[in-house]
Amino acid sequence: MSKNTLNTLIGRRSLIRKTLMTFGTAAAAGLLNLSVAQASIGEPEKEDLKFGFIKLTDMAPLAIAYEKGFFEDEGLYVTLEAQANWKVLLDRVIDGQLDGAHMLAGQPLGATIGFGTQAHIITAFSMDLNGNAITVSNEIWEQMKPHIPKDADGKPVHPIKADYLKPVVEKYKAEGKPFNMGMVFPVSTHNYELRYWLAAGGIKPGYYAPHKGDTSGKLDADALLSVTPPPQMPATLEAGTIYGYCVGEPWNQQAVFKGIGVPVVTDYEIWKNNPEKVFGVSSKWAEDYPNTHKRVVKAMIRAAKWLDENNNANRPEAVKILSQPNYVGADYEVIANSMTGSFEYEKGDKRDVPDFNVFFRYNATYPYYSDAIWYLTQMRRWGQIPDQKPDSWYMDIAKKVYRPDIYAEAAQSLIDDGVMDASDFPDFATEEGFREPQTHFIDGITYDGRQPNDYLKQFKIGLKNDETL
Amino acid sequence: MSTLLLKMNWLTPFIQIIKGDRPGDQLMLILKHAGVPLIGLLAFLFVWHIGAQNINTSLGTFPGPAQVYQQSLTLIEEHTAERQKEEAFYQRQDARNAKKLEKNPDATIKIRPYTGSPTFFDQILTSLITVMAGFILASVIAIPLGIMIGLNSTLYSAINPLIQLFKPVSPLAWLPLVTMVVSAVYTSDDPMFAKSFITSLLTVSLCSLWPTLINTAVGVSGISKDLQNVSQVLRLGWLTHVIKIVIPASIPAVFTGLRLSLGIAWMVLIAAEMLAQNPGLGKFVWDEFQNGSSDSLGRIMVAVLAIGFIGFLLDRLMLVIQRKVSWDKSSALR
Repeated sequence: MSKNTLNTLIGRRSLIRKTLMTFGTAAAAGLLNLSVAQASIGEPEKEDLKFGFIKLTDMAPLAIAYEKGFFEDEGLYVTLEAQANWKVLLDRVIDGQLDGAHMLAGQPLGATIGFGTQAHIITAFSMDLNGNAITVSNEIWEQMKPHIPKDADGKPVHPIKADYLKPVVEKYKAEGKPFNMGMVFPVSTHNYELRYWLAAGGIKPGYYAPHKGDTSGKLDADALLSVTPPPQMPATLEAGTIYGYCVGEPWNQQAVFKGIGVPVVTDYEIWKNNPEKVFGVSSKWAEDYPNTHKRVVKAMIRAAKWLDENNNANRPEAVKILSQPNYVGADYEVIANSMTGSFEYEKGDKRDVPDFNVFFRYNATYPYYSDAIWYLTQMRRWGQIPDQKPDSWYMDIAKKVYRPDIYAEAAQSLIDDGVMDASDFPDFATEEGFREPQTHFIDGITYDGRQPNDYLKQFKIGLKNDETL
Repeated sequence: MSTLLLKMNWLTPFIQIIKGDRPGDQLMLILKHAGVPLIGLLAFLFVWHIGAQNINTSLGTFPGPAQVYQQSLTLIEEHTAERQKEEAFYQRQDARNAKKLEKNPDATIKIRPYTGSPTFFDQILTSLITVMAGFILASVIAIPLGIMIGLNSTLYSAINPLIQLFKPVSPLAWLPLVTMVVSAVYTSDDPMFAKSFITSLLTVSLCSLWPTLINTAVGVSGISKDLQNVSQVLRLGWLTHVIKIVIPASIPAVFTGLRLSLGIAWMVLIAAEMLAQNPGLGKFVWDEFQNGSSDSLGRIMVAVLAIGFIGFLLDRLMLVIQRKVSWDKSSALR
């Protein structure tokens, strides 16, 4: 029997009790200012929703929107369900078992262009910026350490570039041992960030050749990257199957706590304020339930704001919610580090990274086209997009998948309701969906979202122009 | 009075002691039946406690009896807390509906079920429902089929190779196939059952129907010659023969098969749930493993013990049913 049927039966059983309570609370109801004015967006078409997530700290906007009643304020009854891995999550959104999900920023893009299961997925809400790190095993760290420059106190100078990993990889190559590393999904931010970091240090992370049927991503590779679900990464590292991984929190701090690995660099240092997760729905679902979709986005914008409010004052409460077993479930101390602005690298080497997780600042929730195009350029760089595409193609795909128009309507509704201020958002009248050219990359290369092909030309390692495999 | 005492025969020794009837012998009886298992249990707990402290995993020391007990209390607490949240949810919903009705007395209001996540005890219930559904489906297929192939040796020769081929297949091998088929076939906008439920149910059925099938066939084909002669002499019709002679005679074999099947069904269910994400005990164990918190191992142990205890109860249930249905009340049943 499905949970819904069971619960409906239980619901009917306690109907008498509830009717009695209704009379009691009717008087109080007038005093409760529960629902926000629903003038701008109509009633939701579908009210019972099920959203999926993966056990990572950046599913926080979903958890907060539920626990703080923001979904209920919009008239939505949401059930949150943890999924086994990214593939299962994507499949269940595509076949309708889930109405929407916490997704990697690259998943809607990969699915729409047909890399992996083909489906038109869209997103109107970016869930957070940053939040990942690359961790290596204790063994590898010991071998890297002698190469890393130290500061006056003897602590390693940050950011640690992959240049210091290169001699280790060369050594393993000379011994004939494959240098295995893990990431969470072929179109994940982690995959592209790990590859970016490795390539910046001169290590080849391998190519994909889907037109030839090779989707392993290991062609011509110095480091072999494979997929592992995030919660299993510390275990895989401990087992020695992989020597390092790129994953979101709390799995990097978990490795430090359990003494099985050392995080060497955060993605904040690889690309400052990079887009990380999005809230993805199938395009058909968004067409069938436009009001519901906008209300979901409204609730999540409020949750994101709450998370960053008053200079992260609410973060400890958020960590308490996330450490519940039905959300992320890891220990409070493990999650608290990164969520409250510090990050432990080597055991004992704790540093301040106040923007490790950004949920609302710097327009984190706005789905910029330039963010989508960056992911598309990296897909091209590593061969997931096998042929050269003109700049206009990148623009078209970004427009198809990222929907700032839906975001703008939801935001406007929040402003009209008086819950949020116009200053919280970009100026919708003039915003074109492109961030200013971004310069804070670990290798110093500048990214201008309007010129994707020129951007690709700047890389030493990676496909560019009309190269194909 | 004596029948009542007979039914509660574990009380007899105590009553005899009070009566003063051979107290020494009665004491020996109590020690043998209750004392020895108790000592065995205590010895196991002691060994577990000592052994656990010496095993260090990356998630902390292996949980000993004390931690497991603590975690079981935490699970009960969480269940109560969730029930309170449910109350609050219904109150909020009623307040909202009341407000809606105030504004427009004709508005349609809906009472929705609680949206929170299932607690440990909800998950136990889901697992039980899924296993019973899968087991009943398996039995409904296996028992008639077993009777047919037991009576007809040609049919048996035809079907036996298939049985031998599919019997050893692990549920984890069936699962991807079943998932794909269910996704493709069970499509509807407002499904009555969740796809994960159907997938788990079918996997359980596929793996647990073999013991019942084989044991039924063996039981049916092994009916004593005397009974078959009776049937031939009375020239019983085929259906009457089956209902009056075959089934009652083969009950012990059928129930042996059913008990084995139920045991396998329960084991398979936990594995199937982990992968199909049916919200039962299997998913609980998997989610706890993924959480990797310092309480996780303790909670998984609680689940392991719960799984074992429920499996034991299910077995006892089958035994009670067998006693009721069997014609031969004097046969020894373990």
